[in-house]
Amino acid sequence: MDFMQLVTEGLWIVAKIVMILLPLILAVAYTTYAERKLIGYMQLRLGPNRVGPKGWLQPIADVIKLLMKEVVVPSGANKTLFLLAPILFIAPSFAAWAVVPFDAELVLSDTNAGLLYLLAMTSIAVYGVIIAGWASNSRYALIGSLRSASQIVSYEIAMGFALVAVLMAGGSMNLGDIVEAQNGSALHWFWIPLFPILVVYWISGVAETNRAPFDLPEGESEIVAGFHVEYAGMAFALFFLAEYANMILISVLTALFFFGGWLNPFQGIPYLEPATAWIPGTIWLLLKAAWFLFMMIWLRATFPRYRYDQIMRLGWKVFIPVTVVWLIVLTFWIKLEWGWWFDGRGLAQLAQTVGGAS
Amino acid sequence: MNLEAIIFYFFSAITIVAAIGVITVKNSVQAVLCLVLTFFSAAALWLLLEAEFLAITLVLVYVGAVMVLFLFVVMMLDVDFAAMKQGFAKHLPLGILVGAGLFGAIYWVIRFEVFGSDKVAEPAKHTQDYSNVEELGRLLYSEYFYPFEIAGVILLVAIIAAISLTFRGRRDRKGQSVREQHQVLKEERLKIVSMKSEKIDSGDDS
Repeated sequence: MDFMQLVTEGLWIVAKIVMILLPLILAVAYTTYAERKLIGYMQLRLGPNRVGPKGWLQPIADVIKLLMKEVVVPSGANKTLFLLAPILFIAPSFAAWAVVPFDAELVLSDTNAGLLYLLAMTSIAVYGVIIAGWASNSRYALIGSLRSASQIVSYEIAMGFALVAVLMAGGSMNLGDIVEAQNGSALHWFWIPLFPILVVYWISGVAETNRAPFDLPEGESEIVAGFHVEYAGMAFALFFLAEYANMILISVLTALFFFGGWLNPFQGIPYLEPATAWIPGTIWLLLKAAWFLFMMIWLRATFPRYRYDQIMRLGWKVFIPVTVVWLIVLTFWIKLEWGWWFDGRGLAQLAQTVGGAS
Repeated sequence: MNLEAIIFYFFSAITIVAAIGVITVKNSVQAVLCLVLTFFSAAALWLLLEAEFLAITLVLVYVGAVMVLFLFVVMMLDVDFAAMKQGFAKHLPLGILVGAGLFGAIYWVIRFEVFGSDKVAEPAKHTQDYSNVEELGRLLYSEYFYPFEIAGVILLVAIIAAISLTFRGRRDRKGQSVREQHQVLKEERLKIVSMKSEKIDSGDDS
């Protein structure tokens, strides 16, 4: 390959990354605003309303405040690891977006191992948390990071099994292909055959992002702020940014895996489908994701924090068995071609391919 | 030197430096992190070989799960470095002997005469629509089906063995039964007592 071509291609990829990350960071900023406003209304308060018209500039003011603050390194902390931890936390949560498709052709990396890559990226984010807790040289931080690590490792198993079910249903590990497999109508989406998996995936997603009611790692009432108790200024902002980026990621993924991603929900309905055909797929995807984001905020305003042994029980004794049982059910479902979701993938198709191969 | 060679040497250098770090760094947590970095750059090298499934699985299983538990244990250890260094000189000759033996054995297997670039053919480059995941799946579930299943059974046996090793018999714990907790009624736990409100003398809190 020619050197100039290499450089231009590299720059083009960097430009695409910026085109994903800039809106993401902006979305994070306004998710925090939406969260504060929504929880405010749910608790009969007004929420932030002082900075700018109706408080719209509040996130900007928060960012400036965090940027101006000093990053304090506690005495006795391991300085290198202390400063490395937020980076280790935020890097995977940004890197995961590389395989997320926003429309049929709109994806940074159209890889065939997309699902596996996502799982790998979400699983290595735990290092940031553990190292933050350990390097802070603080009891609260250490307890918080231990809680977080055990919680993430536990729920990751259920999440992994849920993704196995998704890839079985979609017949591919490519996220674009999984969405295409749901093409047809809102009833073709995987939320019907994969309903228990959807519930498990969604709740595990909330637990993985350390959100209420699973926010034991940062339980204010017990351990102040958990693993990021010693962080201030920009270092804290990175943790904050990564947590909200993960929330948005889980919401987008739920929309992609179970609710048809960028597909039009009115597909197959006369009059409504042609009337909404002009709306680009990305808008549908973002609307669906916004709904799940709203659900996360709603959960936080509604439920009290779990007790720790109940979290572990839910993960290991409820979710993992449910996913394993549903994997078996799904195998029969696909091979017997019940309903209209898995056309052409049943036993007849299998016999044909085996016959053709031998 | 083309781009692939640059990437290869870059990640090879990281792998080697990080692997040396694992055994030379004094802080055990940092040693574990060095091992994580080694796995990570090894995964990058596998990606260069177009083995994306193996590379991502390496990150997922070893970096994402095994090393997290490792780090967990190491963080909880209270390591006394002075005690660890005791007897260093005494065990050094034996250590050098074992190390040299191990190095010799590995060298014997992958020495240049056996594993040189003229002996092992360069792996063929695949076209863009080649999918490592699909190829691996096809091989595992057709040609190598029995070895694959046997490996699965062995792993299952290992899981059961590990559980039975750590299982120390039934203990009469004071743990809570969630089922019982769910079936509790308000009447069983809560007693409402009606009593007259007591009068508190204001201004006198002695």
